[in-house]
Amino acid sequence: MKVTKDLVAASATPIVLGILAEGESYGYAILKRISELSGGELDWTEGLLYPLLHRLERLGHVESAWQAVAGERRRKYYRITDGGLAELAEQRRQWDTVVDALKKVWQDAGDLGTRTARPLEGLA
Amino acid sequence: MTALDDRGGLEAQFAEWRHYVQRRPELRTSDAEELEDHLRGSVEELTALGLRAEEAFLVAVKRMGGLDELSREFAREHSERLWKQLVLTGEADSPAADSRARRDLLALVVCAAGAAVSVKLPALFGMSLADDAGFYGRNIALFALPWLAAFLAWRRQVGPALIGVLVGLFALGAVAANVYPLAEDSQSVVLTAIHLTIALWFAVGLAYVADDLRSSRRHMDFIRFTGEWFVYLALMAAGGGVLTAFTFGTFRAIGIVPEDAIQQWLLPCGAAAAVVVAGWLVEAKQSVVENIAPVLARLFTPLFAATLLAFLITFGFNSSGIDVEREALILFDLLLVVVLGLLLYSISAREPLAPPGLFDRLQLALVAAALAIDVLVLVEIAGRISEYGTTPNKTAALGENVILLANLAWSAWLLLSFIRHRQPFSALERWQTSYLPVYAAWGWAVALLFPPLFGYA
Repeated sequence: MKVTKDLVAASATPIVLGILAEGESYGYAILKRISELSGGELDWTEGLLYPLLHRLERLGHVESAWQAVAGERRRKYYRITDGGLAELAEQRRQWDTVVDALKKVWQDAGDLGTRTARPLEGLA
Repeated sequence: MTALDDRGGLEAQFAEWRHYVQRRPELRTSDAEELEDHLRGSVEELTALGLRAEEAFLVAVKRMGGLDELSREFAREHSERLWKQLVLTGEADSPAADSRARRDLLALVVCAAGAAVSVKLPALFGMSLADDAGFYGRNIALFALPWLAAFLAWRRQVGPALIGVLVGLFALGAVAANVYPLAEDSQSVVLTAIHLTIALWFAVGLAYVADDLRSSRRHMDFIRFTGEWFVYLALMAAGGGVLTAFTFGTFRAIGIVPEDAIQQWLLPCGAAAAVVVAGWLVEAKQSVVENIAPVLARLFTPLFAATLLAFLITFGFNSSGIDVEREALILFDLLLVVVLGLLLYSISAREPLAPPGLFDRLQLALVAAALAIDVLVLVEIAGRISEYGTTPNKTAALGENVILLANLAWSAWLLLSFIRHRQPFSALERWQTSYLPVYAAWGWAVALLFPPLFGYA
């Protein structure tokens, strides 16, 4: 199972902000972390990640700096800002609402696997 | 294959990849570096899994996906990058280009300031714009053009011989402008002002083509430069007009009328500096922005062709004769200049190897119509001159007319041969570039010879 593109795009910002909230990081490591978190189910591309990082930087949610950590290549590290933390909190609130609603509706509906769709009645 | 070979090959592949990425306008150098770091991370992981460096590289690149798609994603976030921006300083991609731009800017500031100061220098000797209009008129080309030439010469790192020639030409210009005892209101003052400007503009041209004096490609570049320079100057003049209006309005609102400050300082110094700044802009943005003069030429060629043909037809039916007073003669001179400009700037942007098309025929129609009109005018004026004698103004206008007519007549012939596949397009291009010295020679002739010839009238 792969998560659809729309869903990946919608969840992109909170996931990146969440990862950066754990500590500063760089592009390749962020992708690795996403793959790790989702068990490889979230299909992220570089074309999604880097422009997103740049957008978050433009919006002031993250800041970046080229740094050379001892023994490694010079890399562009991203760090979350206070504004980014606030945005993450807000996104989290919204996602909690969505997830709660989904959980409830799925609970009410019971086990989806055993149900079949019913045609609409009374319209003919 | 040894591990060392492997490493060298890998670096070569990275270099090639970098090269591809950097050609994308959507991707800046820092983006390329960031993506390269990503690629390296990917390669390292894959080699750790046991892949050979080369295989790892291929897989990593494949994973990253096509550059087209990647660029598209970047463009969505950085749409401003597709609007090519003129980078003034500090944001150029490579440090070398950056320091070059900075040095250019410094030279520009020096030259523009020099031009502005030159305008006010005569004031130290008691000259004023208001009272010595004749002096300023005759010398108009000598305030800013030497500084523009100096800026270009500096950029081209012109050798001492050519610097000598340039200094000599401008000195000759200063002599032509100031040694003749011309009355303030004599016709020759205006003539000198115009023709010295033409002559010295070609001195600027000499500085422009300094890196390859004889190349006709470079001469064409100078024609392009002239067109763009003119467009930029016009844009700056519009901006300057707005600035002047606000300066005047805001100060008047607090009870001060800054007429002197504007007329004596803002306008003349601004204009002189703008001449140099326009040259710098063309140089700086050469490869950044689409040339606008050819676009205007293409836009207006059909319109002018239609107008001229309409004029000819109306004239044919009406046949009341052309009123060739001096103003009319100048008007028709300017018409030829415009037609020549339309021709030149269409040529400047045309792919020389493209086959003749509709636009070339349109151009031929334009040139032919202009020629026909001009012949009518010339016939009329020749009669007048033989009847009433001549003046410097009439002679100059007539001379210009003949020069432009000769150029356009031969251009029309070359265009026709080109449309009939008898001649390559480059013949027309070469004709135009080799005709440039004629304008310069005529400019010098009028500025140097006309005053004594006509008894300083």
